[in-house]
Amino acid sequence: MTTPAAPAVLDRTGLNALVEALVASGRTVIGPTVRDAAIVLAELGSAEELPYGWGVELEAGHYRLRRRNDEAAFAHSAGPQSWKNFLHPQREKLWSADRSADGQLTVQAESAAAPSYAFLGVRPCDLRAIAIQDRVLTGGHFKDSGYQERRKGAFLIAAECTEPGATCFCVSMGSGPGADAGFDLALTEVVDQAGHRFFVRVGTEEGAELLAEVPHRAADSTTRESARTAVADAADRMGRSMPPVSLQRLMGASLEADRWDDVAARCLTCGNCTMVCPTCFCTTTEEVTDLTGDHAERWQRWDSCFDLDFSHIHGGPVRKSPHSRYRQWLTHKLGTWHDQFDSSGCVGCGRCIVWCPVGIDITEEVSALQEEAER
Amino acid sequence: MSAPTLAVFKLASCDGCQLTLLDCEDELLGLAGQVRISHFLEASSAVRPGPYDLTLVEGSITTAADAERIREIRAASRHLVTIGACATAGGIQALRNFADVDEYRRTVYARPEYISALATSTPVSAHVDVDFELRGCPIDRRQLLEVITAYLSGRKPDVPDHSVCFECKRRGTVCVTVAHGTPCLGPVTHAGCGAICPAYGRGCYGCFGPSGSVNLPALIPLLRRDGMDDRDTERFLHTFNTAAFEAELRS
Repeated sequence: MTTPAAPAVLDRTGLNALVEALVASGRTVIGPTVRDAAIVLAELGSAEELPYGWGVELEAGHYRLRRRNDEAAFAHSAGPQSWKNFLHPQREKLWSADRSADGQLTVQAESAAAPSYAFLGVRPCDLRAIAIQDRVLTGGHFKDSGYQERRKGAFLIAAECTEPGATCFCVSMGSGPGADAGFDLALTEVVDQAGHRFFVRVGTEEGAELLAEVPHRAADSTTRESARTAVADAADRMGRSMPPVSLQRLMGASLEADRWDDVAARCLTCGNCTMVCPTCFCTTTEEVTDLTGDHAERWQRWDSCFDLDFSHIHGGPVRKSPHSRYRQWLTHKLGTWHDQFDSSGCVGCGRCIVWCPVGIDITEEVSALQEEAER
Repeated sequence: MSAPTLAVFKLASCDGCQLTLLDCEDELLGLAGQVRISHFLEASSAVRPGPYDLTLVEGSITTAADAERIREIRAASRHLVTIGACATAGGIQALRNFADVDEYRRTVYARPEYISALATSTPVSAHVDVDFELRGCPIDRRQLLEVITAYLSGRKPDVPDHSVCFECKRRGTVCVTVAHGTPCLGPVTHAGCGAICPAYGRGCYGCFGPSGSVNLPALIPLLRRDGMDDRDTERFLHTFNTAAFEAELRS
């Protein structure tokens, strides 16, 4: 065990070199970039594709790209996707089976090599989300081998949050805006009179090795201080917060609340919240056969507790009403998730608020439940 | 065991859905090896009498003769699948359900007395039992193949009942309503097309009709916010699945 490398400073050239080195080592680098009037996560060929100079304006059910007054690359909050789109993809083949002419079945487990990912710009809230999915998908008796494979090889470069959105509430979920663990490298972007640069902390040996390969300098106290201040300021600028009570207890006590009817009247049950949520992990399996019936495949694909079929058992769906489905989502996310996985399922990224077409706000719903519980 | 027989019939419709079967170019020979196509006038004038194992019906019921014919088709079919917005929801011709058909007849036709039409356009399921309804205007060829393949292997077709939003999120499309302020029927529309329109920056037109779980009244204020007035909203909902969306509005 060697001592972790000392913090460093990278400039834009250094960041370019970092991405080049990752690409050269055969990694698929995923990071934020502008596409379709949003900052999406996509494969980057170079760090120049980062959203330099772009920010976002967020509100419940509202997302707009905005030009910034500076050239910051990471001064935007959670976008339409999360890293689960890569680690826990929407559709994945599990196995296939073939029947020969004499009726013999051969089952073949899917063994396609997982891409070797490097994620650039992982927010602290999303680092927490990855840790939660690790526990859910690989922490129990039955492990999702595809996830495990992709996750094991993934190199994580965090970007601490310096520009929270109006829908962010990581502080009240204890998951940001600073990153303290779970990364190979952590960047904090600093843009001031002294220039545009990235304060870099090293989390792993592999991170140290990569840093050593690219042009960087030792961290100076000004940059270190500016980085620390930027993250501390971000903590004070959260647009939203969860009520400071035990949400697990509140959910357990709210099963019969009137508020569920109120939210069900507004909820489209479209499922967007669960699909943008970086921790929602539910899947269903899909059996595919060809016309001859001699070839069959089993695929796993994202499902959602807002889908009627999700709770369909013999005789029909268990959670038929929108009321019961919204309640299932929220009480699981904030309540029974603790019983199941020893943590909350919410990291405060605010995606479910932004990408709900009708702008249902999880913090507002919880506050209303809290008020109702106190009445 | 001989191959199951397949029949395709049409009622009031544009032929686009049965054309989807011919559109399955790569799979057509494979399909012909698994079923005996016994009645498919769009492909061949050679027809064999029923009964048929699997029958696909496109089109809605708009005349008394159609209403009689669908009963005969049902009686001759072991497994009846309706395909497309006309057969499953009455189609665009169900606009007549909210208007005076006699007035249309007088206005449009030189000899209105030649026209014998019902006052409404209704889905096949309003007349006979249907084993499966495949949505879309037109239907999606992959879904059609799935329905046929599932029938052949005796399993339930994998045709999810959820919203188009599921498909947008799965293919990684940025939400056109949230990010661009574009009116979109995706949140209330049945999946199946693969969310084509939003992938090209357009709002969903609702070609597949309402999804399995719809809260249409909650979407209306959003359409208003994004610039649609009452008339626009009405026109937006009154297209290929007009009767189905109207029923949702009134539910």
